[in-house]
Amino acid sequence: MEAILKIEDLRVEYRSREMGQQIKRAVRGLNLEVYPGEVFGFLGPNGAGKTTTMNVLLGFVSATAGAAYLFGVNVREPIARQRIGYLPELTYYYKFLSAEEILRFYGKIFRIPKAQLQQRIDAVLKLVELEHARRRPIKTYSKGMQQRVGLAQALINDPDLLVLDEPTSGLDPIGRMKVREIIQRLKNEGKTVFFSSHELGEVETVCDRVAIRHEGDLKAQGRVDELVREYECSNLEQVFLKSIDYRLAA
Amino acid sequence: MSTARFFNPSGGLPHDLAPIGAGLSSSRAAVSLRSGWGNIRAIAGLVIKELYRRKDFYVLFILTALITIALGSVNFFGEDKIARYLKEICLLLIWIAGLVIAVTTTARQIPSERENRTIFPLLAKPVTRQHLILGKFLGCWLACGQALLVFYVFFGIISAAREHEFALAAYFQALTLHWCMLGVIVAMTLLGSIVFAAPSSNNTITLLVAVGIFLLARHLNKLALQLSEPWQSAIYGVYFAIPHLELFDVRDLVIHNWGAIPWLIWLAAVAYAAVYSAIFLTAACLLFRRKALN
Repeated sequence: MEAILKIEDLRVEYRSREMGQQIKRAVRGLNLEVYPGEVFGFLGPNGAGKTTTMNVLLGFVSATAGAAYLFGVNVREPIARQRIGYLPELTYYYKFLSAEEILRFYGKIFRIPKAQLQQRIDAVLKLVELEHARRRPIKTYSKGMQQRVGLAQALINDPDLLVLDEPTSGLDPIGRMKVREIIQRLKNEGKTVFFSSHELGEVETVCDRVAIRHEGDLKAQGRVDELVREYECSNLEQVFLKSIDYRLAA
Repeated sequence: MSTARFFNPSGGLPHDLAPIGAGLSSSRAAVSLRSGWGNIRAIAGLVIKELYRRKDFYVLFILTALITIALGSVNFFGEDKIARYLKEICLLLIWIAGLVIAVTTTARQIPSERENRTIFPLLAKPVTRQHLILGKFLGCWLACGQALLVFYVFFGIISAAREHEFALAAYFQALTLHWCMLGVIVAMTLLGSIVFAAPSSNNTITLLVAVGIFLLARHLNKLALQLSEPWQSAIYGVYFAIPHLELFDVRDLVIHNWGAIPWLIWLAAVAYAAVYSAIFLTAACLLFRRKALN
């Protein structure tokens, strides 16, 4: 099966602005493949290079070496992002627009014909349960509602791959449950989801495979149940801690 | 899933680049060009919508209208030619308002995209940084054009009411040349917004540069003649490098009812503005290409 997302020997280095500082290696020789229909969890403590890897995939940052491909197209080409949806960790949208207007704007970027776009807007607003607030300016929305607008915009082009950067970050338990439900629903529809999260319980529930990174290196990769067996642990949290050599205080 | 949705598995040209609504047989370049223009238009539309929903334009228009109407209602010393002074003051207010709208609207575009992080979901779509710059330029320039149209229609009505005549060609030239000059300023401000992080410093610097060019540029060659080398060459260099914004000022045609300038000269001025706008936009695109987004 052809990988939807492929990363080959990816290396990302930052030169520090301060004089005398060494080069910071955010990602070191990362190899990764995500296949159609998978929900792939990208895990690691803060500073592990998760967001940097996502930034390379989304074309925000250029790789120092190696390459990344979406649907076989190098991520340096904007067209590689035609079939993906992206939800950033912190959702900020044009506050002078309503949910419907922002979806129409993004729909135009994807060149969705008018009639089809209206249907698509109705469908995604229904999916994220924002139909009642569709004409209200986004500045009047709660954080949970804004996160759901984020999901709606990520789904407007009916993407085959969703890249979610900590989608439940800062949400209340109901908000988290709703986002989790949506991810599960997308999985059932055969969509591929690539997401980073610190909520390991959530990852264990929805992910088919995970990759655990620490300080720029890939520490573990595989199916959740296989990793649990391999590391002789009872859950993903323990696998995570063991793989990054974290020692609990006695 | 339809076959139209798949990319070529060999990694070559995608069969279809858009999951919804795109044609099947387009080449990558044609799709890129078409979608590029679509992106630029969509971003421009967003900028115009933002201008409508902010109060800057309305405040400036109401202020200009009130000052003009107040002055127009007074009959100074029974002087009939007072209409010319009124026109001069009204046009000066329109020029100031146009400059303020152009600079303040443009200066905040890129910094606010970065500060509010709206740039991330936008660039995660098939939008390049060049599309973003060109979309912002087009939006700000069109927004300025719409604002100018409102101002000039108001001005035309007021002056026609006082003078009982209306030189359409001269008004058209004054409006279009003013709009072209604002195009150069919008492009210059966009470049400034890439260089200076804070919109306030960009506002101040661009306004100072624009007013400085407007007032002093025409005298630089005379100044250079009085200087010795190497200052003479340096000042001459500046004189030939900067955009001469004063060339677009044809307010006197309207104020004194002198009639239109030759259309070839008008066309040359439009081309001059297009060249300078293109230079500033190219520089902005090149600088923004490698700029960190946060």
